[in-house]
Amino acid sequence: MSNLEDLYREVILDHYRSPRNKGELPPPATCTEGANPLCGDEIKIFLDVADGMVRDVRFSGHGCSISQASASMMTAIVKGKPLADVRAVARRFKQLMTIEEDDGTTPTDIRLGDIEALQGVVKYPVRIKCAVLGWNTLLEGLNSTSV
Amino acid sequence: MTLNLAALRNEFPMLSKQVGGKSIHYLDSANSSHKPNCVIDAMSTFMREGYSPIGRSSYTLASDATDAYEGARTKVSKFINASSAREVVFTKNATESLNLVAQSWGRANLGKGDAIVITFMEHHANIVPWQMLAKEKGFEIRWVPLTKEFQLDLSSLDQLLRGAKAFSFTSMSNVLGTINPTRELCAAAHAAGAIAIVDGCQSVPHMATDVQAMGADMLAFSSHKMCGPTGVGVLWAREALLDAMPPFLGGGGMINEVRLDGFTCAELPNKFEAGTPPIVEVIGLGAAVDFLNRVGMNEIRRHEIEIANYAYSALTSRYGEDITIHGPTNPELRGATFSFAFRGVHPHDVSQVLDQHNVYVRAGHHCAKPLMRLIGANATARASMYLYSNEADVDALVEALDDVSSIF
Repeated sequence: MSNLEDLYREVILDHYRSPRNKGELPPPATCTEGANPLCGDEIKIFLDVADGMVRDVRFSGHGCSISQASASMMTAIVKGKPLADVRAVARRFKQLMTIEEDDGTTPTDIRLGDIEALQGVVKYPVRIKCAVLGWNTLLEGLNSTSV
Repeated sequence: MTLNLAALRNEFPMLSKQVGGKSIHYLDSANSSHKPNCVIDAMSTFMREGYSPIGRSSYTLASDATDAYEGARTKVSKFINASSAREVVFTKNATESLNLVAQSWGRANLGKGDAIVITFMEHHANIVPWQMLAKEKGFEIRWVPLTKEFQLDLSSLDQLLRGAKAFSFTSMSNVLGTINPTRELCAAAHAAGAIAIVDGCQSVPHMATDVQAMGADMLAFSSHKMCGPTGVGVLWAREALLDAMPPFLGGGGMINEVRLDGFTCAELPNKFEAGTPPIVEVIGLGAAVDFLNRVGMNEIRRHEIEIANYAYSALTSRYGEDITIHGPTNPELRGATFSFAFRGVHPHDVSQVLDQHNVYVRAGHHCAKPLMRLIGANATARASMYLYSNEADVDALVEALDDVSSIF
């Protein structure tokens, strides 16, 4: 299944099988819910934001390998990062998923690391929504905490 | 007599399409069916040689086109054994048919203190139109639950129907494949003084339909699931009901007279067909009805029992407890639609791997979220078959599933 190897890269399957930061955070951490109405995937992102940085983050819910792996990798990269960096990473990821254009304002030194393995998703447009579900929910959570 | 499948399949050009140099296995017919040449030809011939607006103009071509359009209505009415073609209304699709019922009949008949009954098996198209109206009118929506065997639990039906004005239910679940006892359900509705509204999307394409024998008051179905084109659906309803119902959409074609202070409605069924209808699509639906009659609805049902039986055995004997089929086990009680869970792999991932083998199934909630919640699945993969589905399609599904395990 050579074609699918691009989509289901080993690092993606690893995050799917052993998700990082899966679980919940108690209040005062915020909880933001996201859903993909097309396929029924649902996700919750728990955010502990203080002093301008994401001190801790968890995700829960259910979904396909792409949505779960993407959420897992997202929590791993944003945990402990200043909010500006988190937003920049999210923007870079959406550019990778071809749903946001690079207008040149995203700092060039933002590295996605493992997350770049998700690039294969772009060849399967239906799955892009799966990959960005967690990220959009994260951004919504950040916006609602208005920090 | 069994169907001559090879010959039948040759009539469907899409079935011989190849993707990546390999044949396709289309197992998404509960979603939408493929179209035989006779339907495609009827539509293109009409557009090439007979096209004209209908109804209003008096020239020869318009009159011929009107005859063709009304001829299709007659075919549809006979296909479901309606007592008159006046009872057959063409809509955009079955969803619009059900919205018409809610917005016209429902708006005129339902208010605070009233109730309607639907079931946990319903497609969103038979839920949301009622919820939209209930929000405004304040009537109650009651739900018929399911048994563990994926049948409607009728033990409390009489109680649920008490005082209800309508019982709206699917004749066959698009997720479970369960065939509901429509005759019994219609009788129960009438005994309680409610009208019986049947969502026939999943049954009308697959088995003989007789609205009079069924005892229904209304029936909604779509052309595109029964070998016809998209863009046209049907609402059948008893003439007395349609006569009493206010119009749904206003505009040309549905009026008798328009003055400064108001309008009067056209006769049935024009009263419910505002604007230029999907003329070409209705011609195509008429051709689809001819095609289904030629093949024979009873033969189609027999074939689907056989292929459902084959699929059930093939899937369960190969995968045993690794596969969970959400639906009845008895092929006589179900259509050839199988929702399943496989080795704990998410349905989207299952369908993605199957796609690599040109096996086309649907993954998701199938527009039936209350049902999905009830059966404890956020999504399922669904393989659904039709008159043209063969054992090779099932075999391809069974083989391709094995590959899911090689990745997950």
